[in-house]
Amino acid sequence: MHANAVPDAERVLELVIQSTRAVLEQRGATLPDTIGRDTALFGQNGLLDSIGIVTLMVDIEQNVFDRFHASIQLADDRAMSQRSSPFRSVGALTDFILSLLNGGA
Amino acid sequence: MTPEPVALITGTRKGIGKYLAEHYVKRGFHTEGCSREPVDWSLDRYTHHCTDVADESGVRAMLDSIRERHGRLDVLINNAGIASMNHCLLTPLATAERIFRTNAIGPFLLIRESAKVMKRRNYGRIVNLGTVATPLKLEGESMYAASKAAVESMTRILARELAPFGITVNLVGPTPIQTDLIRGVPQQKIQAIIDQLAVKRLGRFEDVSNAIDFFIRPESDYITGQVLYLGGA
Ligand SMILES: NC(=O)c1ccc[n+]([C@@H]2O[C@H](COP(=O)([O-])OP(=O)(O)OC[C@H]3O[C@@H](n4cnc5c(N)ncnc54)[C@H](OP(=O)(O)O)[C@@H]3O)[C@@H](O)[C@H]2O)c1
Repeated sequence: MHANAVPDAERVLELVIQSTRAVLEQRGATLPDTIGRDTALFGQNGLLDSIGIVTLMVDIEQNVFDRFHASIQLADDRAMSQRSSPFRSVGALTDFILSLLNGGA
Repeated sequence: MTPEPVALITGTRKGIGKYLAEHYVKRGFHTEGCSREPVDWSLDRYTHHCTDVADESGVRAMLDSIRERHGRLDVLINNAGIASMNHCLLTPLATAERIFRTNAIGPFLLIRESAKVMKRRNYGRIVNLGTVATPLKLEGESMYAASKAAVESMTRILARELAPFGITVNLVGPTPIQTDLIRGVPQQKIQAIIDQLAVKRLGRFEDVSNAIDFFIRPESDYITGQVLYLGGA
């Protein structure tokens, strides 16, 4: 990773929410009124199916690179596990990205 | 975004990869290529990367650079490969590992990172190189043939995983072609392979590009997960 300064949690959260909205729009899904830290991304009440999740992860990697000039990799063996997946909710994903930007997972 | 289509070919320093770089430049592609060593030739609209296909961060940096400069990737040809001819009882672990890293892990990394770029335009054509050593069960080539069998299996499964993104994945399996790869193989061994083919001659570079041309045509969007062996192997 080659970040200049690690962006703060607010900016990362904003990027996750924007990217999630973009994927939903692209896939013609109905947008919820609000998307926040507690919003579930997949699973029973989740917003996305498995292709949606894959699309979101790749878009976020590229958006992080374009906006923060940092190269992160979201691939994770726990991806599709509902309990411990770093992608289970908007908040968990934001925290996961921040930990990668800080140089560890 | 670059208006012309962009192709990435691995292992372009020499052999089949070098020929493919020339062929696709001629056909109007912006061509990017890689090998571990630098190239001693140059072409218009060709960019070389000194990247080992099995080096994850190197592969990522190469794809970041393609995305930044071109904003697109249309074609990936996984050509880089190494072989070793030996009886299994005499094959060192280091050789077995090197073959799998270059021939199987390399294509996996290249496909993963390339598909991320291709997905942006919902379009991509991926062609892997296999070998007739796999279906012909050539003795002395167990690790080489097995590494290519892994790529064959990846081809079939990734065709399904990547279809939702408009990306096709196919494999071309050449017969022996005169390159450094088979320089150490004795002439009677090569002849024994040729004798097992339907068309009894050595392969040519053009045989390979002809099959790849077919797979990468925009019209071939309904052809994926296929394995095409040359020479009737
Ligand atoms: N020739 C045949 O008879 C034959 C038959 C069937 C299939 N094939 C397949 O066709 C492909 C090309 O073979 P070829 O005959 O052209 O072989 P070659 O003449 O030996 O060339 C191999 C190319 O791959 C590059 N390469 C090797 N390891 C690499 C790595 N780890 N990372 C990046 N580049 C690497 C080499 O450059 P550097 O050394 O600079 O890295 C070189 O440019 C291979 O996949 C091979 O299995 C060939």
